[in-house]
Amino acid sequence: MSRVEFMQGNTACAEGALAAGCRFFGGYPITPSTEIAETMARRLPKAGGVFISMEDELASIAAVIGAAWTGARAMTATSGPGFSLMMENIGYAAMTETPCVIVNIQRGGPSTGQPTRAAQGDMLQCRFGSHGDYSTIAITPNSVQEMFDLTAKAFDLADRFRVPTFLMADEIVGHMRERVTIPDAVKVTRSSPLAEDTLPFEAGEDGIPGFAPFGSGRSVHVTGLTHDERGYPDTTDPEAHDRLVRRLVAKVESARREIADYEVVNPDAETVFVTYGPPSRTVEQVMRDRPDDSIGHLRLRVVWPFPEFALQVFPNAEVFLMPELNMGQMVREVQRHVDQPVVSIPKIGGELHTPAELVRALEVYR
Amino acid sequence: MIAPDWLRDDRLPHIYCTGCGNGTVINCTLGAVEEMGWKREETVFVSGIGCSSRAPGYILTDSLHTTHGRALAFATGVKMARPDLNVVVFTGDGDLAAIGGNHFIHACRRNVDMTVVCMNNHIYGMTGGQGSPTTPQGAISTTTPYGMSEPAFDLAELAVAAGANYVARWTSYHVKELTKAVAAGLQTPGLAFIEVRTQCPTNYGRHNKLRRVSEMIEHLRSHAMLVEKRDRLIQEGKPVPDDIFTVGELVRRNRPAMGVKP
Repeated sequence: MSRVEFMQGNTACAEGALAAGCRFFGGYPITPSTEIAETMARRLPKAGGVFISMEDELASIAAVIGAAWTGARAMTATSGPGFSLMMENIGYAAMTETPCVIVNIQRGGPSTGQPTRAAQGDMLQCRFGSHGDYSTIAITPNSVQEMFDLTAKAFDLADRFRVPTFLMADEIVGHMRERVTIPDAVKVTRSSPLAEDTLPFEAGEDGIPGFAPFGSGRSVHVTGLTHDERGYPDTTDPEAHDRLVRRLVAKVESARREIADYEVVNPDAETVFVTYGPPSRTVEQVMRDRPDDSIGHLRLRVVWPFPEFALQVFPNAEVFLMPELNMGQMVREVQRHVDQPVVSIPKIGGELHTPAELVRALEVYR
Repeated sequence: MIAPDWLRDDRLPHIYCTGCGNGTVINCTLGAVEEMGWKREETVFVSGIGCSSRAPGYILTDSLHTTHGRALAFATGVKMARPDLNVVVFTGDGDLAAIGGNHFIHACRRNVDMTVVCMNNHIYGMTGGQGSPTTPQGAISTTTPYGMSEPAFDLAELAVAAGANYVARWTSYHVKELTKAVAAGLQTPGLAFIEVRTQCPTNYGRHNKLRRVSEMIEHLRSHAMLVEKRDRLIQEGKPVPDDIFTVGELVRRNRPAMGVKP
C-alpha cells in the first residue's frame, strides 16, 4: 500500500533519498535547499544513518565522498554558492568514480544573487564546472512527485555508472507543495561488486569497474591523480591518462539511451517546445488551453548526458522553442544537434514564464 | 623497517628525496599501528595533497588520497559512516594549516575518533619550496626570498585550543618518543593530533644553511625543548629562549568524541 501526502518538494527529495537507502548526509545550510538538510537531520538518525553539518560545502561533498567509499548511499544538497564550492571535489568524485548524489536547488545567480528566487542558471556548471574532461548525469524534476521519484532514481544511476549524479532542481519545485504518492518500497539497484580476479579500476565493456568499498579487504588505493587499473598514480604517461579519461567520459556518454528519460507530446508537430524542470509546466498549461496538434513538447527528465536522439522524434519540426530560467544554456546543446532554427526564450529574475509569454512566442516564431 | 607487511612492494621506489624525513614518520606510524594489532582490512589511511600525502599510496590498506586540504573532511565521512574502521590521516603543514585550516579546527572541535599525523617540514615541498604558514620568521624560501615576514602557526597548540583529545609534538629525530605518541593517539578515543617536525633538506635546508641532512636533524634536536622543561623555566622565572619549540605530550583528555568504535 502506498500512501498519499501533501508535501513540499524539498521534503519529498529527502524522503525519496531515504526510501532509496540513503544513510549519510553531509551538508551546509543554504537557501533554498535547507529543508532537505533539516528533514535529513530529523529522519536519518532514526533510520540508522548519519547526518552531519559540515563546516562548509567543500567539506560537505568531501564527507559524502568519504562515506560513499564505505559503501553507504550518501548525498548532499545545496544551491548555487555552495555548488560553486563543491566543484573541486565533484571533479574528484568523477576521477575516482565515487557514486554519490548532489542536489542543487537552483536560485538566481551569479554570486549570492537571489537566494529565494528560482533559476536554472547552473545547467552548464553541473556539466563543465570542475576542471578537466569528465561526464556526469543530471536529472531535472518538474513536480514534487518527481522530487521524490527522481531523487531515488539518482542513487541507482550514481551506483550503476559510478558517477556523481546531480538532481538539478530549483526554488520552484523545491518549495512548492503538491500531492505525492509515496510507495511502500523503492526498488534499489546497487553497484556491481568488484570481481575476485579484477583490479579495482579495471572495467569491462561498459567501462564501469566493479566496486569494492573500504573494509572489504581489497586494499583499494583511491586517488585524484591520473591512475592505472590498480589505482596507482601514473601521471606522466600520455597513454595512461588518455585511457582513463576517455573511459570516464565514454562510460556515461555511450549509455545515453539507457540513461535517457523524457516525455513526448504530439510527435508530428511542426512547432516543438523543448523543456526541462518547471518551464515544462507552463508549456503544459498552454497546450491544455489551446489544443493544437501542430504544437509539440519534448520534456527532458535527464539533461546530461544530453539525449540528442530525442530531438529526432519530431520529423516534421520546423522550429524548436526553448523556454529556460536562464539566459539560454541548454539551448546551445539543442542548436548543436538540429538543422532547424532553435529559439531561446530566456527568463531570469525568479519567476516562471507565464502562459501568455509562451503564446506570444508561438505567435512570433511558428 | 618496522612493518614491512604493511607496505605495497609494487609501488616502490617512492618519490621522496634523499634525506627526507617523511619515511621516518611513516615507519614510526606503522610501528604504532602494528603495536595496536590492527588488521589491514579494518584500517584506512587518508591524506590530502603534498609530499606527506603520498604516504597512504605506499601502504597496503584501503587508502584515500584526496584533494588539497580536505583530508580531514573526507576522513570524517569515512569514520562517521563506518565507526568500526580505524582511520589514520597523513597530512603536511601546507595541507593542514593553509588550505585545510578550517577543516583542521572543526575536526578537532568535533573530536572525530581518528589519528592525524602531520609532517611539518615548514615548507611547500612538493611544489619546490614555497613559504607555508609554518615557515619560521626570517627563513628563506622561493616565495620569501628576503626572509619570511609573517608569524608561524603553532599547529599543536591550535589543536589543543580547538578541542582534540590527544595532542603531541615530536621531531623526526625522536623516533622512539614519536612511535609512542602515535600509539597513544591511536588508543585515545576522539581526535589525536601528532605534529612531527621533519627535515626537508632539498627545499628548506638548502636555502637556510642546513644543506646536510645531519645538520637539519641536529637543528631539530637542539631546538626541541620538552614541555616540562619549558614549564619549569617559566615557573622558576627563567627566560625561555625564543628559538625553541616544545615537544612532548601537550594534552590528553576525555572530551566527548564522535565516531568512536562500537
